[in-house]
Amino acid sequence: MLFKSRQAVSQLAAALADNDNAVLEGRSLWQDARRRFFHNKAAVVSLFIIGLIILFALGGSQFAQYSYEEIDWLALSDPVSLGRPSIETGHYFGTDKLGRDLYARTVQGSQISLLVGILSSLVAILIGTLYGAASGFIGGRVDSFMMRIVEILSAMPFMFFVIMLMVMFGRQIILIFVAIGAVSWLDMARIVRGQTLSLKNKEFIEAANACGVSQWRILVRHIVPNVLGIVLVYASLMIPGMIVFESFISFLGLGVQEPQTSWGALINEGVATMEIALWQLLFPLTFLVVTLFCFNFVGDGLRDALDPKER
Amino acid sequence: MTNNRIMQVQDLKVHFDIQPENSWPWTKPLSLKAVDGVSLDIFEGETLGIVGESGCGKSTLARALIGMLPAREGKVAWLGQDLTQLDKRSMRAKRQELQMIFQDPLASLNPRMNIGDIIAEPLQTFFPNMPKAERKQKVQDMMAKVGLLPNLINRYPHEFSGGQCQRIGIARALILEPKLVICDEPVSALDVSIQAQVINLLMALQKEMGLSLVFIAHDLSVVRHISDRVMVMYLGNAMEVAEANELYTNPQHPYTKALMSAVPIPDPMIERNKTIELLQGDLPSPINPPSGCVFRTRCPQALAKCADYAPALQTLPDAEHQIACHLIGP
Repeated sequence: MLFKSRQAVSQLAAALADNDNAVLEGRSLWQDARRRFFHNKAAVVSLFIIGLIILFALGGSQFAQYSYEEIDWLALSDPVSLGRPSIETGHYFGTDKLGRDLYARTVQGSQISLLVGILSSLVAILIGTLYGAASGFIGGRVDSFMMRIVEILSAMPFMFFVIMLMVMFGRQIILIFVAIGAVSWLDMARIVRGQTLSLKNKEFIEAANACGVSQWRILVRHIVPNVLGIVLVYASLMIPGMIVFESFISFLGLGVQEPQTSWGALINEGVATMEIALWQLLFPLTFLVVTLFCFNFVGDGLRDALDPKER
Repeated sequence: MTNNRIMQVQDLKVHFDIQPENSWPWTKPLSLKAVDGVSLDIFEGETLGIVGESGCGKSTLARALIGMLPAREGKVAWLGQDLTQLDKRSMRAKRQELQMIFQDPLASLNPRMNIGDIIAEPLQTFFPNMPKAERKQKVQDMMAKVGLLPNLINRYPHEFSGGQCQRIGIARALILEPKLVICDEPVSALDVSIQAQVINLLMALQKEMGLSLVFIAHDLSVVRHISDRVMVMYLGNAMEVAEANELYTNPQHPYTKALMSAVPIPDPMIERNKTIELLQGDLPSPINPPSGCVFRTRCPQALAKCADYAPALQTLPDAEHQIACHLIGP
């Protein structure tokens, strides 16, 4: 028995010695996080559904029988019976109150809503991360000056600002990005600045300084990769906020311009006819709600995966 | 150790400006005198130990020596060139010869980089055109030298133990073949058996590469083991500098005596009957240090003239023993 196990041990030692020259692969924090994320079923399913919704927004118009601005006069004559959702008429989601195909309009609205959500989050993250990292990294007077600017901006009435922009420049989709992006980077900048400040005093930054690494490389190689986790989590939670905000603006009638539409605008129209044609509310609403749920689950999954304190 | 002096520090002062709380931006900031006039020499291939209680300016002094903190006054002559006068660019070039090992092994390594990249970072900074294969070879050689398996090159810091992380830190500091390495409490975060390994490794590497070390620690026995000479600091000032055995067996300064009496002796019989000379009071604030000799407020043998002017660091007749005290000497 003893002899046998000793033999096994010596075999193992020989095998290890053979392996000695092979480079052992480590597992980085990113790989760790990815593994944890993919173990989270809710997050993976949500990611899959978001993928489907994006596919729907990009390729859904291939299957539409009508364009999103074309009025079906026949359906308009009797919206409650001829305009209800059915496969035969080609109006999968029914028609809206003007006889336009709701399926095509939902596809179009999804494009706008997702675009607004993702693009304005990107703008906010880009500005916020750079501004916050620079502010925290430079520190001192520059830092307090930059942070006072953020405070002044965040004290401005945001809704009022958006309405003013819309009134002055007309209702353009690009303005929605600008308006939302320009205001929502403020929180991001605060978060990144705080992270940078705490990282700046870590010993590995001092070690990099002692090695003569330039300030720019310290920022790019040491600080940004370490704040990226937080930024990613915040971004995934920011996108649904942006979508809701765009819907809110559209619901107030300040958003996208006809004949273009968005989920918020569709919901607004649906609410008006809710009592006789419930589908006009339900279809866009379902898309909005499912998307928000999924983004929030993905954000939660990312947070659990990237939060080092869970370990 | 040779008699070849590589660094000469003269009257080095490092002060920090502190803005009092709730003050106006234009009020004059208070000045915290972390290091207040220290002079010392470092010779080629020697180890200079620095001891003293927390907050006495050991780490600040060490950082000022390699230009990580700006000096308010004084000179740090490195191979004849004053480091305090250099501009940023030439100082960065000098970093190749002056390196540092940190206290917390894990915190001093970027968690997002693998250790191959961490150790190669100084090479990348100073020799950006070095071929990748050569760089990797150098990193692996260095890893072998500090007792790490070279095939662990793609692992990440969190996959290593504290002692291994400290070896990675040592490898990073030594890969540029520096002449002077500052060790800021390199073993105080490690447990005792690992401490011995790391210290023996440092001593072996010092012999092999002809390094000079500045070794900061709280553990007086560790400092005695590794150092050729030891400097005792108190509140930003050098109290006594001597050859290690001489300082431990024949301390002259009242502060050093009190410090040495606190060293535990690994013999329960002696340890039980030992008396520790407890100092009265607390460390005074470095914002408002006592006049004259900074130690006089806690010194059991303080004289009247101790309050009037500070004693200069003078060399005792029997060589290699410098002391700043009015009780001794003229």
